[in-house]
Amino acid sequence: MNEVWTIAEQGGGRLKSVSFELLARGRNLADKLGVRLVSVLLADSIGEEALRELIERGADHVVCIEHGALRDFVCETFSKAIVAIARERKPQIILAAATSSGRTLMPHIAVTLHAGLTADCTELDIEEGTGLLLQTRPAIGGNIMATIKTPDHRPQMSTVRPKSARALERDSCREGTIERIALDPSFVEKRVEVLGLERDVEGFENIEEAAIVVSGGRGLKKADNFKLVRELAESLGGVVGASREAVDRGWITYPHQVGLSGKTISPRLYICAGVSGAIQHLAGIKTAETIVSINSDPEAGIHKLADFALVGDLFEILPRLRKRIDEKRVAGRAKLANEEACS
Amino acid sequence: MDILVAIKQVPDTDKVRMDPLTGTMVREGVDTIVNPLDLYAIELAIRLREKHGGKVTAFTMGPPAADKALKEAIAMGCDAGVLITDRAFSGSDTWATSYALSRAVAKMGAYDLILAGERATDGDTGQVGPCLAAWLDIPVLTYVGSVESSDERSIVARRLVEEGYQRVRVQTPCLLTVVKEVANPRLPTLRGKKFARQTKIAVYGASDLDAEPTFLGLKGSPTKVSKIFYPKVTRGGRVVKASDEASTDLAVDQLVAFLEERDLLGAGDPVRGR
Repeated sequence: MNEVWTIAEQGGGRLKSVSFELLARGRNLADKLGVRLVSVLLADSIGEEALRELIERGADHVVCIEHGALRDFVCETFSKAIVAIARERKPQIILAAATSSGRTLMPHIAVTLHAGLTADCTELDIEEGTGLLLQTRPAIGGNIMATIKTPDHRPQMSTVRPKSARALERDSCREGTIERIALDPSFVEKRVEVLGLERDVEGFENIEEAAIVVSGGRGLKKADNFKLVRELAESLGGVVGASREAVDRGWITYPHQVGLSGKTISPRLYICAGVSGAIQHLAGIKTAETIVSINSDPEAGIHKLADFALVGDLFEILPRLRKRIDEKRVAGRAKLANEEACS
Repeated sequence: MDILVAIKQVPDTDKVRMDPLTGTMVREGVDTIVNPLDLYAIELAIRLREKHGGKVTAFTMGPPAADKALKEAIAMGCDAGVLITDRAFSGSDTWATSYALSRAVAKMGAYDLILAGERATDGDTGQVGPCLAAWLDIPVLTYVGSVESSDERSIVARRLVEEGYQRVRVQTPCLLTVVKEVANPRLPTLRGKKFARQTKIAVYGASDLDAEPTFLGLKGSPTKVSKIFYPKVTRGGRVVKASDEASTDLAVDQLVAFLEERDLLGAGDPVRGR
């Protein structure tokens, strides 16, 4: 029977956690269909232990395509590599992450394979009777949900937002096979040359892959006050987001912007302070697991979307909240240390 | 440098109202605008033309009324507009849309660069750009945040990716999709508006394109919408008011307890957490 595939992602020889989240989604589908779940990884070189982890987190088989040119993402090279094995092995479903590379690669593959592709699926299921993949996604800024099918074309392809599913626990007893294949060198795209990756750009944060995002908006009143948001994010182990108004005022840079003209995110926890909740902002956070709003205006749109709406002065609330969380953390550590000492 | 800019007409979400009873969006009578992210592509195209010379042509697929979006692009500074419109295109998914666009590009003649917004605010897929590049077999760079240098043969661009910026040199012809930080769009000038009124928009129907008919419209689309539903915007969450010191302390305690209940206090990245 035709397999279910997930496209794993790596950076600097390490697997990205979204690879495991995709396996959790794929495992569910493969079990319903009674087929193998295969994880496909493209890399310049990667250790056996990393590939083992894909099996321990749900894959039955791992295909690792290797070549020096696969160190950095180049759409055309990656696309040719996957198209070649997909043509040969004919998977029925391919899932990839809705990341900067996944969202570029999958459309390219879909055109080449004449396949159906659905972006940013929040739910994936198998239709009883037909065995078709049911893909549910938000559209029009999350105001409409559409369930989409691909009746006559294969593979059925989806991208899934990072953090929208939880990875399976690692199970060292799980068995599976690993296959390494070399990239056909003729697939290497010569029209594109990666010059480098600028990391540690000042103030840059990876808000799409973070489990916790703390955002600030116009209610912060000035750039300096973003430190309240930053400090809370730091205490929670989260990253800093912002509304469009805060970015347009120059208080913080564009990579932090959440919403329709910024990033659409699905963190486990989204806390926003001084954000009114324009429809464009709400569209960027609709799929967050838990939303906490802090705004002094009881009528602010954000409060209607929130799971916990705190109507009050953010300048009073944020420092107190951070202090309470720090206390909890210290207490938690002390308890842990105590338990270790006893055992 | 001859540049094509792919744009889309979308509903103006600024004007969207919510139905207070159902918590869903009211779509009737909503104005249309040029997809906000396409404005950045238009601006970048105009700047590159100012530097290199050449011509900027905006093109779009949509209903006949989408010529308004092209006129707006011309009023900003584009030289020409092409409207791809035909009942045969209706119901296209991203695969069929990008196919029709690719056949239109083939008809438009030689170009050095195609620019597009990273995604449209209505469909929100971001797929049409990379799909179009695949049809045309030209290299694609997505999420371009800045163009560092450009000449007749190649472009050096910085892509906004999860870890930072990927610097890439790409040969022309190529396709770039851009994000907001690439350029701050200019407003249309009076002269631009006058020029737009005088400019005739070229119109391509299905029969004008050298296209495989079974690849067009709903029939040519691999994906089919099987169900649409309107999720309620409200989550019916808890509302807690903090008006003075005592109630603020209480509210913060309730929030911390709520986060603990949902097992969210340890959910962050332990490396970042202090």
